Amino acid sequence: MNRSDFTILDNLIYFDNSATTLKPKCVVDKISDYYTNYPSNIHRGEYNISFKADDEYNKARESIASFLGARNDEIVFTSGTTDSLNIIINGYFKNILNKGDEVIITKAEHASLILPWFNLVNELGIVIKYIKLDDNNHVTIDNLMDVITDNTKVISIAQITNVIGDIRPIKEITKIAHERGIKVLVDGAQSVPHMKVDVKDLDVDFLAFSGHKICGPTGIGVLYGKKELLDELKPQRLGGGMNASFDSPECIILKDNPIRLEAGTPNIAGAIGLGEAIRYVNSIGMDNIYKHECELKDYFINKIKDIDYIKLLNNENDSGIISFTIDGIFPQDVGYYLNKYNICVRTGNHCDKILKDEIGIDQSIRVSLYFYNTKEEIDTLVDLLSDKERIMKEMLI
Amino acid sequence: MDDNTKREILFDNYTNPYNKIDEELDGYLKVNSNNESCIDNIDIYLLIEDKTIKDIKFKGEACAISTASTSIMIKNMIGMSVEDGIKYVNNFINMINEEPYDDTNFDEALVFDETYKQASRKTCATLPYRGIIKLLEDNK
Repeated sequence: MNRSDFTILDNLIYFDNSATTLKPKCVVDKISDYYTNYPSNIHRGEYNISFKADDEYNKARESIASFLGARNDEIVFTSGTTDSLNIIINGYFKNILNKGDEVIITKAEHASLILPWFNLVNELGIVIKYIKLDDNNHVTIDNLMDVITDNTKVISIAQITNVIGDIRPIKEITKIAHERGIKVLVDGAQSVPHMKVDVKDLDVDFLAFSGHKICGPTGIGVLYGKKELLDELKPQRLGGGMNASFDSPECIILKDNPIRLEAGTPNIAGAIGLGEAIRYVNSIGMDNIYKHECELKDYFINKIKDIDYIKLLNNENDSGIISFTIDGIFPQDVGYYLNKYNICVRTGNHCDKILKDEIGIDQSIRVSLYFYNTKEEIDTLVDLLSDKERIMKEMLI
Repeated sequence: MDDNTKREILFDNYTNPYNKIDEELDGYLKVNSNNESCIDNIDIYLLIEDKTIKDIKFKGEACAISTASTSIMIKNMIGMSVEDGIKYVNNFINMINEEPYDDTNFDEALVFDETYKQASRKTCATLPYRGIIKLLEDNK
């Protein structure tokens, strides 16, 4: 779909969309237009190009809010998922959690979700509980219930994880959580770009995602929080733009959200570019994107499932993420071999350094799909993976 | 050296790496070497007596090129004086970086004489060298 918007695809097969996505021409043009024609700061200029910058920045926020089913004042611009998660955990949860309080995660989460919680274990003495993954490495409600206790205060997981690629039952999880007064923080980095996500329908308390994984620029991301929770979130940065007035340490008055959480000059070009990216994927349709990825995933798995030296880590998942290993070959060498044919895949542990405790494998080859991938590209990949001797020979020189 | 010969040498050293061990080793100097951008991660164990490299072993996981390079490095360096070892390491790194180098004692290490053409493999080939040079400089 829409391949003509990505000229780089003329000479490249790009299967690393969980790491970052390609940028369509309209997004690049939108960013260029800002820097070329109205490169002004926002908030405070009494001149035309500043109004224009303000207007485009606000429109980007409106597009994202509408995309997620949120209110405009529940959408905060950050530098990315990592930034959003750190702000939520350190600005909100750190202030309400106490020693012995329990946070539920899984060992399949990304480092950006695990490490801020590990830090609160060290700083506050909170306790982390891991949901046991089932035989397919998925999260089940039964296994979640096994780790919920009277001390559970937070469930903090990805909607889709970046190696296993399973879609977690977030709506069921938030219902169970909220009945028990438990907050739910969702890492949406791998889900928001690939499927319809409605924060009100899911009833999540907080959600984070990155712009660059949804055809937007790097350095921009989103923090969604329910309004009443955002209002309790202590700004991690203070400075220009976010204060209404101040004259002494005792008298600091901050603006309302979301501006309160966006101190300093924000990434204006990034926000405007992300707004355009959201409008772009919306024009394709999130349901169409999701359906296309699942078709390609099934097509790929059907073609490689009978190759005896390929071991799939996740053949039962419902997303466009396929992770596998090849017996006797280091994943990185496979990545090097495929690069000779201009095929981009990711190899390694994909920032999931404790996942090996669950699945016994600490590195893999990951193919992650998006709407611009095709069956023909998968055919090319499968051809190259179908001859182990050739891989062994060509990976060396 | 033609590409087929290079492939054979690399394959042999990757599949049967010289002095690769699975357990920790006592009584040796030890250094970890890893590539930040990937998952190569090895520990190099070095035994020096009378300013001479008596033994080198390694442990860990790395790609084919890093593993083969480590195996070849170990074969070449055992028996060298610490001073010659430092020269050898610097010559190898010069070769990878397209700088002038002396290939005396390079032997199988010449399989890497064109690695400079493969940007992503340069860090693989130099992985063990970047580790062992620290031990040699500290013990010269």
